[in-house]
Amino acid sequence: MKSRRTFLKAGVGAALALVLGGGIYRATRSAPVPHPLVLDADARAALGAIVPALLEGAWGPGNPTALGAIVDDVQHAILGLPLASQAELRDLFGLLALAPARRLLTGIGGTWSGASPAAVHAFLQGWRTSPLGRLRAAYAALHDLVLGAWYAAPASWEAIGYPGPQLEWGP
Amino acid sequence: MSVRIPDPVALGLARGWDVIDGAMLARDRALEADVVIVGSGAGGGVTAEILALSGLKVVIVEEGALKSSSDFKMREADAYPQLYQESAARKTRDKAINILQGRTVGGSTTVNWTSSFRTPASTLAFWRERYGLATCTDAALAPWFDLMEQRLGIAEWQTPPNENNDLLRRGAARLGYATGVIRRNVRGCWNLGYCGMGCPTNAKQSMLVTTIPVALAHGATLLTRVRAGRLVIEGERVRHLVCTALAADGVSPSGKTVTVRARHFIVAGGAINSPGLLMRSNAPDPNDLLGQRTFLHPTLVSAGLFAQRVDGYAGAPQSVYSDHFLQQGPLDGPLGFMLEAPPIHPVLLATTLAGFGAAHAETMREFAHIHGLLALLRDGFHAASTGGTVSLQEGMPVLDYPLGSTLWDGARRALLAMAEIQFAAGARSVQPAHELAGPYTSWAAARKGIAELAYQVHITRIVSAHVMGGCMMAGDPHSGVVDPDGRYHGLQNLSVHDGSIFPTSVGANPQLSIYAIVARMASTLAQALTGKPAARPRAEVA
Repeated sequence: MKSRRTFLKAGVGAALALVLGGGIYRATRSAPVPHPLVLDADARAALGAIVPALLEGAWGPGNPTALGAIVDDVQHAILGLPLASQAELRDLFGLLALAPARRLLTGIGGTWSGASPAAVHAFLQGWRTSPLGRLRAAYAALHDLVLGAWYAAPASWEAIGYPGPQLEWGP
Repeated sequence: MSVRIPDPVALGLARGWDVIDGAMLARDRALEADVVIVGSGAGGGVTAEILALSGLKVVIVEEGALKSSSDFKMREADAYPQLYQESAARKTRDKAINILQGRTVGGSTTVNWTSSFRTPASTLAFWRERYGLATCTDAALAPWFDLMEQRLGIAEWQTPPNENNDLLRRGAARLGYATGVIRRNVRGCWNLGYCGMGCPTNAKQSMLVTTIPVALAHGATLLTRVRAGRLVIEGERVRHLVCTALAADGVSPSGKTVTVRARHFIVAGGAINSPGLLMRSNAPDPNDLLGQRTFLHPTLVSAGLFAQRVDGYAGAPQSVYSDHFLQQGPLDGPLGFMLEAPPIHPVLLATTLAGFGAAHAETMREFAHIHGLLALLRDGFHAASTGGTVSLQEGMPVLDYPLGSTLWDGARRALLAMAEIQFAAGARSVQPAHELAGPYTSWAAARKGIAELAYQVHITRIVSAHVMGGCMMAGDPHSGVVDPDGRYHGLQNLSVHDGSIFPTSVGANPQLSIYAIVARMASTLAQALTGKPAARPRAEVA
């Protein structure tokens, strides 16, 4: 694999950070009762960088669909998941918001809005084939949430030659 | 095309069916019945009809909502969150396998792709030999298959297959691999291709439009958006079932509870959920079998790119199969696999395709030219293929399914077979669902590449739409959770009636196996509870 960064070879340290980070995040931000995940500004900022990377070639600035609308669709999809899955995603977005964990696990040290497309691409590539199962699973969750949200939207269909359902109901 | 289609569920509700939506409950409720059935899918639906027709008061408890043809708009954005377990994103604990299971009235039958196979004779023979299921003979089950095939309109599909299925037929034929035409549970099918999002024309003979309506017309009560919490057990009897009503979001508890007392309790929540309920209830499990041997038909996926349009979203989703690779060795040898074509819809394809960004977008632009193949591995027969284990995590069932070398060997052979067939059918390139694979532009390149791939969780895409086992039946009480009639060992008034009773995977799409075997169990139970022969469901045309 090209662009495998040394931070992904941190192995045990990174796994530990993922576990501890989730716990710290839960302890500092969450109520004890399972509850729906409402994306906060930090999570939306992370998605603001991750969505364009995952959808490169399918969506970009200038597309009639606003980035915020795609993030809203991701939010909507999250609210349909079991509360236990929403709690896992809360941990993931918590880590992506926590600067030290983010730097260790993604190589992105500054803010999400300042991250270069190349850096975000490299982080996703790294997680996709990481030796750590947790990171591969986290990548898969982002992959399915974002690509699923985009291709569920009729706005994406024309570009792929999908005519959509051919049956409409009468009153 | 603008059409108006009568909605049999809306009509039934107008006629006064007793349906209680848990999300609308203003207070706790207590109900009584002869029999409580947890789950309204293949097992619960068949059971509800037979028991209600036999004169028993039935209460059906369903965690999903009541959605019907007027709600089915053929859009993945609506269908997956509304009709599937965990928004169609249910996963094994390590997230390696994505599991499609229904969660709506009718269960998986409301969203399945209608493929109907009798239990293979070789599977039944294995069950007799290894699990003492002496009554699982072809002759003993034939009348039950006949009954349910008539009931649900199951017949060979007469319409020509869509291109997505015909490519499987043509590619396999060039290689000398036998294919067959799939039988489907449909009446008056419009050949639209949206079975997986709920049939908008009520052609699919799912439980939603067949057995559940008959049960409701015969006095059954249906609870929707109500999650079965636990069975309260005293000595050797279940006393009542405590349920949690869900809020309108379908995932959060509303704070209201429903308690149901009954003479007999039937668990039919599907594999994963059924053992989960029994574990929450501390049901006796002296032999540590509950939740064990859960099978998935772990499924590999291959995408072929063709010059012509394939339009895999249009037409009956599954009409051609090949069991060639189930016949190549002993049943308990290297894993065999069934080959079928999946419908190609945007979300299903986008989430299944490996990779992201420009490469992913490029493949998606070929959407209409993509051919899909599935290989369903027959798990549970090889000595090393013992399936997965369900356990509870904060009260909810989670499946661990270890993927060992026996399974990876099958995965590699399955990806090879699918690529070979796709190239034989004329594919320009083949892209296996694997993070490190292809695309390959020739069979020679694919054969070399697929053989050398690393096989690892998350890297190799594995999905499942068939969850079986976890409450296995066996002739010997020490070897099974339930007996051959589905009765739970150690509790006098509890049965399990769903795919969780199978001691191995089926080796074919399981719905008809569940219908027939459960019809027999339900009929035996009805006779035991009423002292009279069970009523027989009639083949009604809606």
